Amino acid sequence: MTKETAMNFKAATLWGMIVVLFALVPVLASSPYQINLASHVLIWSLFAVSFNMLWGVTGMLSLGQALFYGLGAYSVGLLVNYLGSAWYLPGIGIGLLAAALLAFFLGLLVIRVGGVYFTMLTLAFGQLAWQITFKWYDFTGGDDGIQGIMPPGLLGNKTAYYYFLLVLVLVSIWILKRMAYSPFGLILRCVQQNPDRVRFLGRRVRRNQLRIYIISSFFSALAGSLMVGVDSSIHTDMLYWTTSGEVILMSVLGGINQFFGPFVGAVAIILIEDYVGAYTEYWSLIIGTIMLVMVLGFPKGLVGEARRLIMRFGRTETGR
Amino acid sequence: MAPILELKAVDKSFGGLHVTSKVSFAVMPGEISAIIGPNGAGKTTLFNQITGHLRSDAGAIFFKEENIVGRSPQQIVARGMGRAFQIASIFPDETVLDNIRAACLSRLGQTRKFWRSVVTFRQATEDAHAILDSLGLDSQADRLAFELAHGDQKLLDIGIALALKPALLLLDEPTAGMSPDERQHTRALIKKLWKAFDLTLVFIEHDMDMVFGIAQVVRVLQQGALLAEGTPEEIRANKQVITAYLGEDF
Amino acid sequence: MDASFFFTQFVSGLTMATLLFLVASGLTLIFGVGNVFNFAHGSFYMLGAYFGYQFVTVWGNNFWLSLVLTAVCVGLVGMVVEAVFLRRIYGRANEGGFQILLTYSFILIIDDLVKLIWGTEYKSLPRPQGFQGAFQAGDIYFPAYNLLIIAIGLFVVVAAWWILSRTRAGRVARAAATDREIVGVLGVNVPRTMTLVFGIATALGGMAGALAAPLRTVTPGAGIEVIIDSLIVVVLGGMGNFWGAWFGAILIGEVNAFAVAFVPKWATLFSFLVMVIVLVFKPEGLFATRKIRKL
Repeated sequence: MTKETAMNFKAATLWGMIVVLFALVPVLASSPYQINLASHVLIWSLFAVSFNMLWGVTGMLSLGQALFYGLGAYSVGLLVNYLGSAWYLPGIGIGLLAAALLAFFLGLLVIRVGGVYFTMLTLAFGQLAWQITFKWYDFTGGDDGIQGIMPPGLLGNKTAYYYFLLVLVLVSIWILKRMAYSPFGLILRCVQQNPDRVRFLGRRVRRNQLRIYIISSFFSALAGSLMVGVDSSIHTDMLYWTTSGEVILMSVLGGINQFFGPFVGAVAIILIEDYVGAYTEYWSLIIGTIMLVMVLGFPKGLVGEARRLIMRFGRTETGR
Repeated sequence: MAPILELKAVDKSFGGLHVTSKVSFAVMPGEISAIIGPNGAGKTTLFNQITGHLRSDAGAIFFKEENIVGRSPQQIVARGMGRAFQIASIFPDETVLDNIRAACLSRLGQTRKFWRSVVTFRQATEDAHAILDSLGLDSQADRLAFELAHGDQKLLDIGIALALKPALLLLDEPTAGMSPDERQHTRALIKKLWKAFDLTLVFIEHDMDMVFGIAQVVRVLQQGALLAEGTPEEIRANKQVITAYLGEDF
Repeated sequence: MDASFFFTQFVSGLTMATLLFLVASGLTLIFGVGNVFNFAHGSFYMLGAYFGYQFVTVWGNNFWLSLVLTAVCVGLVGMVVEAVFLRRIYGRANEGGFQILLTYSFILIIDDLVKLIWGTEYKSLPRPQGFQGAFQAGDIYFPAYNLLIIAIGLFVVVAAWWILSRTRAGRVARAAATDREIVGVLGVNVPRTMTLVFGIATALGGMAGALAAPLRTVTPGAGIEVIIDSLIVVVLGGMGNFWGAWFGAILIGEVNAFAVAFVPKWATLFSFLVMVIVLVFKPEGLFATRKIRKL
């Protein structure tokens, strides 16, 4: 039990540090741009962590989570655009509900087929949603997107909005973390490692896959809807397949078998993107190379490899 | 007393080739029995049919007096059947404890709980430790399952099935790939578990010491059909079995 | 709907179907033989279009020679990529996911390399001499170049049929598609076979890209559109099924051609619609050769 208490203490300290660090950003920031950057980091972290509940935990590599991210964003954006900024918060709620419903019906279709099929079908449906949004110019603004979407009242203030999203993101990640270590999370990991055995535990594989697909899509939509207020706009790129690809990259970089891997990956990618993006337009060459190196050389990701090093170091120490 | 498991003319064929044909037998509650036969006799296929992995083409399988042909593995497990596999079927990246705990949680209907950490589920954790203890694996509870020795992985597989507290447990070659020492240990252990958990046990095995050492009933499959059925002594004396399978020197 | 309109759309559909088939057949071949999903297959198609542009427009070579050179060069690139990168992850746990990621990284890298080398402007390729015009039959015009593409497609189909059913290599490939262990037993060098299959498949994709270039403009990013279309084709036909891919390509090509004629704006949605219908009723594809792997 003492071991568990020690681990809980460590986790709590880590959490405390993350919360304090992000809470201090508006105080320490020298420009609104830094608040904007921190917002991006937080939102992508939520998106990546919720994606990884699908892939790293359950083994379902979706290449179409941008569909739900975009759905969340467009629900808020379109409602505010057509009905006024009072619809901002209801828009988030509607987007979440729509995402959960869509994930349920889409899930019934795409979960029946496994492995590579699942990946490719999620990609296809994601691209379908992108095409509809892209071509329905009169309603969605097509490739121009919609600009000037402002949250109402106090949330219109960038700092206030930052704290609003900070709370929502951290609470969501906390919920997902509890889920990952719960019996439900354990069954999801079992589904990844040995689905046949799960059936012989008397559990339904597909039903559990559907559950996590809905949950992951729900939080992806939340990430998308929160992003609207940060950039004050929506754009079809939010639905494009490269957006789905980006969260995969974040997860791989951070480590897919670690709960906080995608979080670390998201922080790293957003910061690299911000830094390198200023120097070169060949961004996809860089992320492609990062992905290639990670997949071939470091499949455990940054967090996973770090842990391995610490464990090896720790072992030799105790060995002496 | 009614049989716990009864097969009536069970058939399975793949592309016109009969893998099991018209197999009928009855297993009584509390019995420990073996299924033997040469490779390709259809033993594992028969297990797959009983556990719902494969759908039988014809015949009926009564488990606890209900026909389970066409039922899914989940439903059959829920009725109280457990199974361990020829190649250890475990969750390699989880700890040994969590392998068993997942099964305990499943039996207790707690796999949908998503808020509390698995370590806080007392009943499941205690049950899991008890099972690991009876298997002699408790000292390795915190290791990852893939790190275990081959023989221990097979025991873990049996442990997962045991954690479901099955009325009927099917073991597919529990000693396959084990060293002679491990075999002897496993043989004694299975007999112990059979008594301790009040099981009905059916196992497939090639190790004749185990078959004739602990089984009360032996059934011989050949080319998908039941060739003989009886006590170990009867099987040993059966001319057909000797020529077909056991060999002259037996 | 008069006959001339019908035939025009039909030929246009067949043209698209042929190009799709050339890409999708490679995709399905790699999957069938090596159980590898090459997400970057569309990028080899795009590479083919740029190679064709380089050979014909920039260096002024003969179209036919260029077509062959393109296929060979793209095939070589494919073989190098397979032997240097992909081979390293065969047999790894969760291989499927890592295959997709690795080939995904190829898409990103190839896309940007193409931009670096050829820039972002649209490129075009002229039709080869003698195929600029159209044949006339009654009052119906058939563009000669489209007919040429269809003929090449038919040639590939017949050649593929001959190789798969009449040669030892084809039998090995078919055996590999149904049971991987058998191939090792037959004494075949499995890694070399896989590299070769990868080379043939990417060469087909590259050839399709060069053939399509005179009809469509050549742009970076064309790879992903093609891969999604071929993916639909392959899902329709059943993954790893050569003839399924052929049927799927014709179905999608024709559906697209007629959708473009009637509802041009929403045409692309129809292929998705067909896919959804097939998925609902037959998730393993119309011509599945083996049970799909259950997740």
